[in-house]
Amino acid sequence: MTASGGRGERIGAAFARARGADRVALVPYVMAGYPDLATSEALAVGLAEAGADVLELGVPFSDPLADGATIQHAGQVALDHGATLGSCLDLAARLSARVNTPLVLMGYYNPIYSLGVDRFAEHAAASGVAGLIVPDLPPEEAGPLARAASAHGIELIYLVTPSSPDQRIAQVAQAAGATGHGFVYCVSLSGVTGARTALPDQLGAFLARVRARTPLPLAVGFGVSRPEHVAAVGALADGAVMASTLIDAVDAAPERERVAAGVARFQWLATGAPRTEPPGGV
Amino acid sequence: MAHDTETAPARPVYQHGAFPDARGRFGAFGGRFVPESLMAALDELEAAYTAARGDPAFAAELAEQERTFTGRPTPLYAAERLSRRVGARVFLKREDLAHTGAHKINNALGQGLLARRMGKPRIIAETGAGQHGVAAATVCAKLGLECVVYMGDEDIHRQSLNVFRMKLLGAEVRPVTGGSRTLKDAINEAIRDWVTNVASTHYLIGSAVGPHPYPRIVRDFQSVIGREARAQVLDTAGRLPDLVVACVGGGSNAIGMFHPFAGDPDVRLVGVEAGGRGIETAAHAATLVAGRPGVLHGALSYLLQNEDGQVVETHSLSAGLDYPGVGPEHSYLKDTGRAAYVAADDNAALRAFQVLSQEEGIIPALESAHAVAHVLALGERGELRPDDIVVINLSGRGDKDMNTVAGALGVTLD
Repeated sequence: MTASGGRGERIGAAFARARGADRVALVPYVMAGYPDLATSEALAVGLAEAGADVLELGVPFSDPLADGATIQHAGQVALDHGATLGSCLDLAARLSARVNTPLVLMGYYNPIYSLGVDRFAEHAAASGVAGLIVPDLPPEEAGPLARAASAHGIELIYLVTPSSPDQRIAQVAQAAGATGHGFVYCVSLSGVTGARTALPDQLGAFLARVRARTPLPLAVGFGVSRPEHVAAVGALADGAVMASTLIDAVDAAPERERVAAGVARFQWLATGAPRTEPPGGV
Repeated sequence: MAHDTETAPARPVYQHGAFPDARGRFGAFGGRFVPESLMAALDELEAAYTAARGDPAFAAELAEQERTFTGRPTPLYAAERLSRRVGARVFLKREDLAHTGAHKINNALGQGLLARRMGKPRIIAETGAGQHGVAAATVCAKLGLECVVYMGDEDIHRQSLNVFRMKLLGAEVRPVTGGSRTLKDAINEAIRDWVTNVASTHYLIGSAVGPHPYPRIVRDFQSVIGREARAQVLDTAGRLPDLVVACVGGGSNAIGMFHPFAGDPDVRLVGVEAGGRGIETAAHAATLVAGRPGVLHGALSYLLQNEDGQVVETHSLSAGLDYPGVGPEHSYLKDTGRAAYVAADDNAALRAFQVLSQEEGIIPALESAHAVAHVLALGERGELRPDDIVVINLSGRGDKDMNTVAGALGVTLD
């Protein structure tokens, strides 16, 4: 169980609030240190003020094998500018002091393993981190980090994909439900992160398979890049993760307008958030 | 840190044949650190491989193709002038004489037959020096499979001849421009392709790296090297060798050579990594000599990384050794002390390349020259006895390296 009053519980509460308002929870992603630390901090604050329910803070890694070109590039720029796991945790701490939105750290395993899972979880908790997504850490390998995170009241959030058979979805859901305050990250497609023109046709059938196997909220990510995608996700799931499209918007803007451009893209996507029909219809 | 004296466990004892275990671990190393998208595919691959391994028809077809297509068994050659030079009896296992010119064909053939058995019409592969790419393209041409090879932009320039060979064989070569533009980044890109096309595609990984069951599959298909060498040296010399030496990048030729000898406790096993410009500089690829445990490309193993856990760029004159990771079984062999790992730098490899060319009439791959360099160094240090039997795995031939070697020697080719 999560330690009493754990930060992880704030994630479940954020999803419950969105559901209560009959809209899909909005989970924007910010790459820490991209294009620089100050801008990523301002962008995260701007997104929180614009209505983000949960903030995903990306930790750059040299070899991001689940990511497409957009996030690869952002991570490389952040690393070139000297971003480290430590500076990302410092950023999380500053954000925790400025906004109430629960923070979920998303990063690959090696920097965490290198620091040591216990030291990492301690630092993350002290920085106000509520949850972790580690895309190269399936439940089979997650034991040490899951125990360390749980001891510090942090939710470890697992991913399921359309290629996951029912039995694996059940296994992942069981691992995710061990503490019961997070969500299940549903990868919309077989592929890497990146903006796309349309969501896959089979999304509904996939989400129904997941829904049948967990009571946790479902958040859908990978390719969510238009308001109608957010609306479609809202009809099927509880949260929409948007990442590469926000980075694309930041990239396209002149240097002084980057934060505003990222927030504007988020607000545009958020117009798809209110539910116009009852949720859960697949 | 992994080696705090207060937390370091007692050195684990090598258990031959015990690993990988059900979790895909070799002792503490290995495992499956991959995106969820690939977990089902790895389960499918493991099940298919287990079934193939138990099927005498699969073994028979592999053996027949090894004999008639690859040209196995490759000879064990008594290198007389090299023996005189170093003061021991030196034998070369001639993987350079295998079809396509390197040991890579052993694994490519085995996995190609496995992919066909699994009904996967599309093969993806990564390549560094181009030898694995050529082997994969060759097997795909033979078996009628589509082949896409990912290759770092930097390596495409270093190995233009092999790029042309792959295209001639009908493969598509996709340049990788991310990161350090070498083998590491080619593997990243191949994994991204696999995540996207997992239903139709088999990832034919070229070294004993990656998530379980790859390190085991590659070891098994490469172990034909060590099985033959062991029988040949017993036949020729009447006893087991004292020392077996192989170069280590990802470590597939070395694990294929070492594994069949690892149960013979009196046979010393030494892996030779790329010392580049020297392991005291940052410009090397000596993972086991200078790295610490970490997670890259799906497995926990030794890794060259900075203090923050970011994987660092490596350097070696030989593209095939220019890799910051290493197969997890080598990490286990290192930590148990069953094998030792050393480094030979660019200059030593270049010199060994010339010595073997001029004194044995064999132009080795720059990768294999690292193994030769270590034996030359042992000879020069007087660490070999006249009746010592040394087997070097000559993992590939050096035709592909003419441009690199000419450049390093200051010769301009047209």
